Amino acid sequence: MLTILKQIAKAGIKTERAPDAADEMVVVTRLQAQVLRTLGRALAIRQVDAGSCNGCELEIHALGNPYYNIEGLGIKFVASPRHADMLLVTGPVSKHMAIALRRTYDATPEPRLVVAAGDCACGGGIFGESYASLGRVANVIPVDVAIPGCPPTPTQLLQGILAAITKAAE
Amino acid sequence: MNLSAFGLTSAGVPSVIPARRAAATGAQLLVTCRGMREQGGELIALWLTDERDRDAGFCLHVVLRDGDGLTLLTHTMPEGGQYPDLSTIFPAAARMQRAAFDLMGIACDGDDQRPWLWLASWPIDQFPLRRDFVAQEKWQPGEEEYAFVKVEGDGVHEIPVGPVHAGIIEPGHFRFQVVGEKVLRLEERLGWVHKGIEKRFESMPIADGIRLAGRVSGDSTVAYAWAYAQALESIAGVEVPLRALWLRALLLERERIANHLGDLGYLGNDAGFAFGLAQFSRLKEDVLRTNLATFGHRLLMDAIVPGGVARDVDTTQAQRMREECARLAHEVKIVRGIYDEHAGVQDRFRNCGRVTPELAYTLGLTGLAGRASGQAFDARCDFPAPPYDKLGVRKVGADGGDVAARVAVRFDEIAESLRLVRAIVDDLPDGPIRAAVGGTPALRQGFGLVEGWRGPVFVALTSGPGDAIRRCHAHDPSWQNWPVLEHAIIDNIVPDFPLINKSFNLSYSGHDL
Repeated sequence: MLTILKQIAKAGIKTERAPDAADEMVVVTRLQAQVLRTLGRALAIRQVDAGSCNGCELEIHALGNPYYNIEGLGIKFVASPRHADMLLVTGPVSKHMAIALRRTYDATPEPRLVVAAGDCACGGGIFGESYASLGRVANVIPVDVAIPGCPPTPTQLLQGILAAITKAAE
Repeated sequence: MNLSAFGLTSAGVPSVIPARRAAATGAQLLVTCRGMREQGGELIALWLTDERDRDAGFCLHVVLRDGDGLTLLTHTMPEGGQYPDLSTIFPAAARMQRAAFDLMGIACDGDDQRPWLWLASWPIDQFPLRRDFVAQEKWQPGEEEYAFVKVEGDGVHEIPVGPVHAGIIEPGHFRFQVVGEKVLRLEERLGWVHKGIEKRFESMPIADGIRLAGRVSGDSTVAYAWAYAQALESIAGVEVPLRALWLRALLLERERIANHLGDLGYLGNDAGFAFGLAQFSRLKEDVLRTNLATFGHRLLMDAIVPGGVARDVDTTQAQRMREECARLAHEVKIVRGIYDEHAGVQDRFRNCGRVTPELAYTLGLTGLAGRASGQAFDARCDFPAPPYDKLGVRKVGADGGDVAARVAVRFDEIAESLRLVRAIVDDLPDGPIRAAVGGTPALRQGFGLVEGWRGPVFVALTSGPGDAIRRCHAHDPSWQNWPVLEHAIIDNIVPDFPLINKSFNLSYSGHDL
């Protein structure tokens, strides 16, 4: 126990200040101030990998590390779309995943913000559209915010997620 | 092993790893596979190519590994032909054969003809990797009835999970048959992230294909890019400068360290020890930040280019990595001590998800998980290509085969990779970091095999005319290991599945292609 406490004390607090929202990532502004009052900054995100190479997932995982400490901002990842305010979708949407993605979207309660994370989710990326890929997420469900990058860094992801909820306040 | 004993005539293949090829009839294929298996040979990969435009029908390609290197067997069939089922010799061949049928429409003569990657998104009689395949806009996803194996008996019930999982994980479907909390049987259904990677290769210039290879599985971008580069460079006859090879190894070891650190954090977390996740995710982030500062990308994507590497390392960056290694080695040792001494963590890790060495051998468990179950292969040690011939990698292994063993192998491999990173930055040879890659002759085949953090990553590349890609097959070690996970969970309880699954940490994207 003592070693654990010593290690915690020695590592110290690593959390950095959160970046500002990146308004340029906002695709659609459709939310009202009232919605933000409801959500506050206690945002619940359901992440959906719709066909990604897993690179974006690695960086989404990094949001939980002590440096970015996304939970400290009141944002958490939840296990069910029923509990989610936002879907964070990665990958070109594989044809195999299209139905699952639509069902996840349908199961998410309004206002169900959708953030497309990564070059593939934004525009199909290197995989594009094919017999097996439907390309960008917006080809399957409506997208509010698009975060470019291959993969986007944790900072870019935070900027995009924050843009989705602060833009709504204006 | 001498192939002439099987009636085959073999020829050497230009490759970084010793390799040879031989054409085989169906009967010769069976005899050779059986003979090599009896001598401890392993199946590396299996795929089909469409050679009808060259009046050569369809070809089955099987790559085996034994103590001498790689053996590529090619079996040619006419349209409507069949090849012998190899899963009776190498169980891991079963899903590869089913996937090969889904994409090329040539079947083996085995019993299990269920689709594997096909999930009703295109008509079942259309085969995307055939050269005359044309995708139609109007295809709507259909319904699919997949014949899962069911367990029957008093109190037995079924838990379906996925494809969308409850965490930040890739999609896949798991069907558990349980009684109470005990798992009687797990059946996996994969293929959900199939996005047509192999077909996509065929529309790319051969030099650009390396970027796609680097996105087959995002956590293994270095391993795939290097394997692709090996294949391309052997086709083009390019000699890669020594400094570039050393830098590639530096990238590969850094990729291994970052992934192992991340896994160790999540393994602690899945055992209810959040402290472990906080510590290891912090250490991993430090590594990724050094990657960004040194190589311009946190995950090291596009750092390997045909002919060499994209960026050199200067003395300041080398010093930063040296200091980082010392600090990491120290911190990892402390947290390892905490994991080892923590009764709650050890209670979850030990005897959980055990794969005995005998089972691992029978099923062909490979890579990191294989080394935790007494399977000793590591391409860096067994076929040391430069710079590993000079670096002398110490092989890590354990016999326990449980979660604790897979954790121990990760800890030991981090220590060894940190030593390698230090050795590389200390002894980095001088010289250029990139050689020019000229035109590639058409219809040449090249191979690459790289020991990624998960296991051996294999790429087979065939050039087309005009520096195009005729066919590219990328093979992830997850193909071998996914079926073994189904055995590892038997008789364990459902709540231990996330822990066992994480201890393997297999790729979906690398498998589904």
